[in-house]
Amino acid sequence: MKVTEKDVVYVADLADLELTETERGVFLRDLNSILDYIDRLNQLDTTAVLPMAQVSDKYGADKSETGSARFAYASREDIHEGLRKSLPREVALQNAPGSDGTFFKVPKVIER
Amino acid sequence: MDLNTLTINAVRSAVQERKTTATSLAEAFYSKIKNEDPQIGAYLILSKERAFAKAAEIDALAAKGQKLPPLGGVPVGVKDVMVTRDVRTTAGSKILGNYIPPYDCTAVARMEVAGAVVLGKLNCDEFAMGSSNENSAWHPVHNPRDRSRVPGGSSGGSAAAVAADMAVVTLGSDTGGSIRQPASFCGVVGLMPTYGRVSRYGLIAFASSLDRIGPLTKTVKDAATVLRTIAGRDPMDATSAEVPVPDYVAELEKPVRGLKLGVAKEYFGEGLDAEVRNSVEAAIQKLAQLGCEIIPVSLPHTQYAIPTYYIVATAEASSNLARFDGVRYGDRARDARTLSEMYRRTRDQGFGTEVKRRIMLGTYALSAGYYDAYYLKAQKVRTLLARDFEDAFRQVDAIVTPTSPTVAFKLGEKVDDPLSMYLADIFTVTADLAGLPGISVPCGETREKLPIGLQILGKHFDEATILRIAHSYELERGIKN
Repeated sequence: MKVTEKDVVYVADLADLELTETERGVFLRDLNSILDYIDRLNQLDTTAVLPMAQVSDKYGADKSETGSARFAYASREDIHEGLRKSLPREVALQNAPGSDGTFFKVPKVIER
Repeated sequence: MDLNTLTINAVRSAVQERKTTATSLAEAFYSKIKNEDPQIGAYLILSKERAFAKAAEIDALAAKGQKLPPLGGVPVGVKDVMVTRDVRTTAGSKILGNYIPPYDCTAVARMEVAGAVVLGKLNCDEFAMGSSNENSAWHPVHNPRDRSRVPGGSSGGSAAAVAADMAVVTLGSDTGGSIRQPASFCGVVGLMPTYGRVSRYGLIAFASSLDRIGPLTKTVKDAATVLRTIAGRDPMDATSAEVPVPDYVAELEKPVRGLKLGVAKEYFGEGLDAEVRNSVEAAIQKLAQLGCEIIPVSLPHTQYAIPTYYIVATAEASSNLARFDGVRYGDRARDARTLSEMYRRTRDQGFGTEVKRRIMLGTYALSAGYYDAYYLKAQKVRTLLARDFEDAFRQVDAIVTPTSPTVAFKLGEKVDDPLSMYLADIFTVTADLAGLPGISVPCGETREKLPIGLQILGKHFDEATILRIAHSYELERGIKN
């Protein structure tokens, strides 16, 4: 698989990165050489193999259950009334580069 | 009594018996840091107020003759990817250059409840991405054993601090080898627990299905002590396992006679440095003399581990790092006219080259049209790699390998060749992908006095066995405990 400059621009777009021209060149070269090496995965026949999204799929789970009940240990009771203790607003805002004390402030979202 | 070379029990006893104070210890370590660290670069920030407050608390307990908690007075360093309330945390990146976390990482909190004195935050590769600590946005770290060389990475600061007596123990993180490889390069012990053994709450995420927190220490017993302190279920991390925590320290003294150790031929092939090979083979011989049975095993898919890792880890990282956009915390590009421009410039200016490279790779692997060919494929190969270990562990109790194919390389040697840097992880990534625990212990030196590491891999949640083997080996080598 050969990565083109168009691919690099497209991917940078998806990743929300504004690359400089030099960076575009560097990543074009790097992506190609790394993906070239990664291509060896195609030497393996994985048609009958299930993907492993997470290791913890197996342990801690209640094997006598099926579906999401297997992972009961990872969930908590639904809270219908009242709030759980959470980060106070001022603390949540304290690292904000831009704020009005109530909200995070950012440049305009919609161009008119 | 040289305060800077003490291990956990020695510190605790000395403070309990009033031979010294936690405050004097903290002062001794800060003094050492002041003298040595300008040449090493292990620390990014010192948390003196917090450290001395904790030390005073411990000293008050000792003065009243009360029993100290297990890490009472022990000076520790924390890798800068773990958040510490009110102490600047940067993950080694400019994008978090001014970030002051409002909460503590669970592992750090547990250490402090146990009496640990947090000296400061340790340097690391940016967002834990790297194998040499040269990707830190701030400054590189120099290996205390040879300052012209790298300490390894990404927990380079954590390994260097222990090696240079600038902390008794440190916490590091491991995603592809980042605890074990620097431990090996710096000549200290590095333990990576099973995935889910230690809570990831407060660990700035790199790859959520791979990341682990673990200790770097001078001795195996210290590693066991720290693990006992930080391990265990945490309701704040749904991936932390509901598995009881054994007394890892008590388990250490059990004999190793009769244990079956697997030696996988795939870890002893081409590319392995001759001096490393000789040292590791000698270590295996020593373990055989202690009564372990050495059994040849095969992990046939080992050569596919690096490509699998660099798809899985980068894909997960591209998702995890999307949150750094200048909105809620961290740096923000000042000249942006629209929200979109703000996101893009903030990220391009705030992230270093290696981080951007991995985000690009991960995004590509997940993008429409390539998801099946790359990400899904890698997840399937991950199953094959895990199966290799399952099969081997039916015959053996642990697997011994070199930690790294080489010893510490020179600063600047691999910065221009990312692929060559990635291949340095070849013996460590496999355990990360399979979720297994692993420990690296020093097993020798090259002619140039560079440390060599022996890696012991274990079954899921069987840290007790690998610690036991490592401890016996350490005793046999005559390392003081």
